[in-house]
Amino acid sequence: MNSKDLILGRVRAALRDAPGPVEVPRDYRRSFPAADLEVLVDRLVDYKAEVHRIGEDAIAATVGGLVGGAVVVPEGLPLSWRPQGALVDDNLTPDRIAGAAAVLTGAAVAVAETGTIVLDASPDQGRRIISLLPDVHFVVLRAAQVVASVPEAVARLDPTRPLTWISGPSATSDIELNRVEGVHGPRHLHVLLLDS
Amino acid sequence: MTTFLGMPATAPRGVGNLRGDETFPAAAHHALADDQLRRNLRHATTTIRGKSGRVIAELPDWQELRSAGSALKAFVMANLDSLLEQLEARVTAAGGVVHWAADANEANAIVLDLIRRTGSERVIKVKSMATQEIGLNEALEAGGIQPIETDLAELIVQLGNDKPSHILVPAIHRNRAEIREIFLKSMPGVDPDLTDDPPVLAAAARKYLRETFLSTTVAVSGANFGIAETGTLAVVESEGNGRMCLTLPDTLITVMGIEKVVPSWPDLEVFLQLLPRASTGERMNPYTTMWTGVTPGDGPQNFHLVLLDNGRSAVLADPAGRAALHCIRCSACLNVCPVYERTGGHAYGSVYPGPIGAVLSPQLTGVADNASLPYASSLCGACFDACPVKIDIPSMLVHLRNKVSHPAAERAAMRAAAYTMDHPKLYARAQRAAKLARIAGRRGRGLPPPFSGWTASRDLPEVPQQTFRDWWASR
Amino acid sequence: MRIALFATCLADTLYPEAAKATVRLLERLGHEVVFPFEQTCCGQMHINTGYQRDALPLVKRYVSVFDPFDVIVAPSGSCVGSIRHQHATVAANLGEAGLAARAHDVGSRTYELSELLVDVLEVEDVGAYYPHTVTYHPTCHSLRMTRVGDKPLRLLRQVRGLTLVELPLAEQCCGFGGTFALKNAETSSAMLADKMTNIVSTGAEVCTAGDASCLMHIGGGLQRKDAGVTTVHLAEILAATS
Repeated sequence: MNSKDLILGRVRAALRDAPGPVEVPRDYRRSFPAADLEVLVDRLVDYKAEVHRIGEDAIAATVGGLVGGAVVVPEGLPLSWRPQGALVDDNLTPDRIAGAAAVLTGAAVAVAETGTIVLDASPDQGRRIISLLPDVHFVVLRAAQVVASVPEAVARLDPTRPLTWISGPSATSDIELNRVEGVHGPRHLHVLLLDS
Repeated sequence: MTTFLGMPATAPRGVGNLRGDETFPAAAHHALADDQLRRNLRHATTTIRGKSGRVIAELPDWQELRSAGSALKAFVMANLDSLLEQLEARVTAAGGVVHWAADANEANAIVLDLIRRTGSERVIKVKSMATQEIGLNEALEAGGIQPIETDLAELIVQLGNDKPSHILVPAIHRNRAEIREIFLKSMPGVDPDLTDDPPVLAAAARKYLRETFLSTTVAVSGANFGIAETGTLAVVESEGNGRMCLTLPDTLITVMGIEKVVPSWPDLEVFLQLLPRASTGERMNPYTTMWTGVTPGDGPQNFHLVLLDNGRSAVLADPAGRAALHCIRCSACLNVCPVYERTGGHAYGSVYPGPIGAVLSPQLTGVADNASLPYASSLCGACFDACPVKIDIPSMLVHLRNKVSHPAAERAAMRAAAYTMDHPKLYARAQRAAKLARIAGRRGRGLPPPFSGWTASRDLPEVPQQTFRDWWASR
Repeated sequence: MRIALFATCLADTLYPEAAKATVRLLERLGHEVVFPFEQTCCGQMHINTGYQRDALPLVKRYVSVFDPFDVIVAPSGSCVGSIRHQHATVAANLGEAGLAARAHDVGSRTYELSELLVDVLEVEDVGAYYPHTVTYHPTCHSLRMTRVGDKPLRLLRQVRGLTLVELPLAEQCCGFGGTFALKNAETSSAMLADKMTNIVSTGAEVCTAGDASCLMHIGGGLQRKDAGVTTVHLAEILAATS
C-alpha cells in the first residue's frame, strides 16, 4: 500500500463518526467603506516605513534623491518612473541585485487597515528576488490600488501568481518579543503614494 | 473497502521531538528554580499580551472572525480526505511534486532523499514546527546534510545547542545578554565587539546568513496554509529569511501537516486577520509569501510538498479531541498561560508547549507517552479566550485526563470519595470525622504526599466546629 | 422567591460561614431559602481529574435533588460552572442522553450568588455594611466559565463602609486548579506567590472572591506568610450589616 492510500484510509477511518456538514458563519465584516489613505499612512509609519506623498512625475527624482547607487527596476516599470542609471532586471544575477543600492517596483494592491502592500510579480513588479535582496525598497502605490481591508485585498488578488505581502521593513520579535526592524529583507521601505 | 487501508496511528517512538525525558512536574521543578528564566518569560509574555490586546481591540469583528476561523477548521477536518486530494491535484497541475509521509521516519527519508538528489550538502531552513516535530535536522545531520536554521530565534537555539521553548519565539527563554553570549561563542565571524542591543544582534544574524542564502541551492520550509482550491502554499514570517528560502534556491521542499489545508482562496481573509494579531500582536506580519507550484523564471524551479500525518489521523479520530488540529500555531495560548509563564516551554518535553501542546502532544503520541501533560494546567481558561480559532483547550484537557491511566492509590481514593459523596449519611459522618482527624498537626504541616505538596507553601483551613448542614438542621 | 441552596461540599464542610451568609443575605432580602439534605457535591473534582465515571452518580444526584426547584443558587462560580458546562457533557459522554438533557435544564436554573442577585433578583445594593478595605479576586471559573462579569464588583461597590481597591493582574489564576495544586504543587505555589504579592500590594485588609476553593488556597498561603491579609467569601461581606 502506498503512503497516500494509507493516510487517506486513516483519515477516512478517523472520520467514521461522520461529522455533520459545517456551516461557516460569514458575519464578520465583508463590505467596507472606501479606503482611508490616512489610515494606510499611519500604519506604514507605525512599521517604520517612510511614506512620500508625491505626484507621478516626481517618482524618479524622489528615488534618485534618496539613494546614490544603482536602483534595480523590473522590465515592465514605466519608463518615466525610472531614476537615472536604473538597473533593469533582464535576469540579473543574485549578486548584482544584492549589490544594488535599492529596488523600485510597483504594487498590486495595498491594505489600509493593516498597512500591507502586496506584490504579485506583474511586469511593473518583476521577479520576487529583486524586491528581496537590496537594502532599500521603493514601492509606488496608486491611491486606486489601496483597499480598506484584508478581505478586499484577497478578492483582488490572483493566487496562482507568486504573492509577497509586505508590511513594513523586515523585522523580528525574536529578542524578548520586542519588535526590531531590519533583519534579512530590505531594512528600509519607502512607499511613494500617488494621491490622485 | 477503504477501512482496510489503515487505522489512525499515533506518531512513532524513537524519532522526533514530541516526548520529553521527564514528567511535567519533574521538568517544571528545574525551570521553577531558574529565576532568570522566569524573569525572561514574564517580560516577554507580558509584552506580547499587551501588544496583542491592543491590535485585537482595533477589530470590531474579532469575535465573528474567531467563529468563522473555528468553523472553517471544523469544515477542513470533516472533509480532510477530499481536500488533501484536491490540494495534491492542484499542486501537481502547477508543476509541484506531492509526497505523502505517514510518519516522521518516512518524512525524514523523503526529504533526505530529495536533498541528496540535488547534490547539495546543506539546506537553509525556514522556521517550521512540523520539521521540528519530526526531528528533521537530526535526521539530515545523520545523513550528512547540514541544516541551517535561518529564523533568528531558531538560529539562537541552534547556535546555543539548545531546544526551542515557544512555538513562535523558540528562544523566548533567552534574554538579550544571553543571546549576545551565544553569538560571541558560536557564530562564525562574529564581531567581537558585539553589543546586546537587539538591532545589533539582528544585524549580526543578517551578516552571518547573507552569504549562506545566496549560495545554498535547497531550502526546507513548513507551511501555514495550503489552499486546496488553488494549490497555493503560504508562509507567514517576519524577518525575510522566509522570503530568502522560498525565493532564492533552485529546490524548495515544504513539509506540511495534513491539517494545514484550507478549503478555498477567500478563506485566507479570515486567517490572515486572525493569525498576526493573535501571534506577534501586529496588524500584519512583515512578510507573507504565497506560491502555487512553480513559476517559470521566478523562484525555485523544483517544488516538493510533503504531506505529513505523524499522528494527526489519530487526533482526528477522537471527536472530542480533534479540534486540537485546528491550531494555527499563533502561540497566543502560551502567552496568556499562567503555567507556561512560570515553567517555560521545555517543561512540556515536546516541540508543542503550553496549553495547545498539553492537548496536542498527548494526542499525537497517545496519552500514555505524555500522561502528565493533560494535568499541566489549572484549567483557568485563559487559553480558550485567547485562541483565535476558539479551541476549547480546558474541556479538551479534561477529556484527555479521562484517558490517562491513573495511579492505583489515587484511583482508590477518588472512588471512595465519590462513593461517600453519593451517600449523604456517609458523607455527613465523614464531615464530622474530619473535625476529629487532626492528624495533620498545627496548620497541616505534617501531612504525607500528595498533601505535603499543598502544605509546603499553604496552611490547611481550620475545620469548623459545625458543618453547614448541622447548622441548618439546628435552626 | 423560593430559592434552593446548593451549599457545595467545600462550604458545607470547611467554610460553613459562606453558606450561612448566603442564607442570611437571601432571607434578609425577603426570599425563602430551602436546603435539600440529599445534596452533596457537584463532582467537579472527579470530572476535572479524569474520573468522569465516578462523577456520574454525583451528576445524577445533583440533577435529581435540584430538578424540583425553579431557582438554585450556589456560593461558588466554580461549582456553578461545572454544573452548567460539564454535567451534561459527562452524562452525554457516558451514554446518558436523558440525563444530559435534564442536567442541561437544571444547569440553566443554577446561578452563582452574584448572578442570582443582579440578574434574577435585580438588586445591587443588598444593604450591607462592611467597614474594611477590600480587594476582589475574580477567580478563573467565575470569570471564564460561569462568566459572572463585573457583577460581584457592582455588588461590592454598593456596600456601605467598604473601600474597594483594584487587584493588579486580577484575572490571572491563583494556582489552585483543584488537584492541580497537588499534582503540580510547585508550579501552583509559584502562581500563588505572585497572586499574594499582588494582593499584599493593594494594602487591603481583606481579599474576597466568589469561590471558597480559591480562597482556601490564597488564604492558606497568606496565613503561612503571616501576610496580615485575611480572606473572606463574597457572601459574607454582602451578608454583613454591622
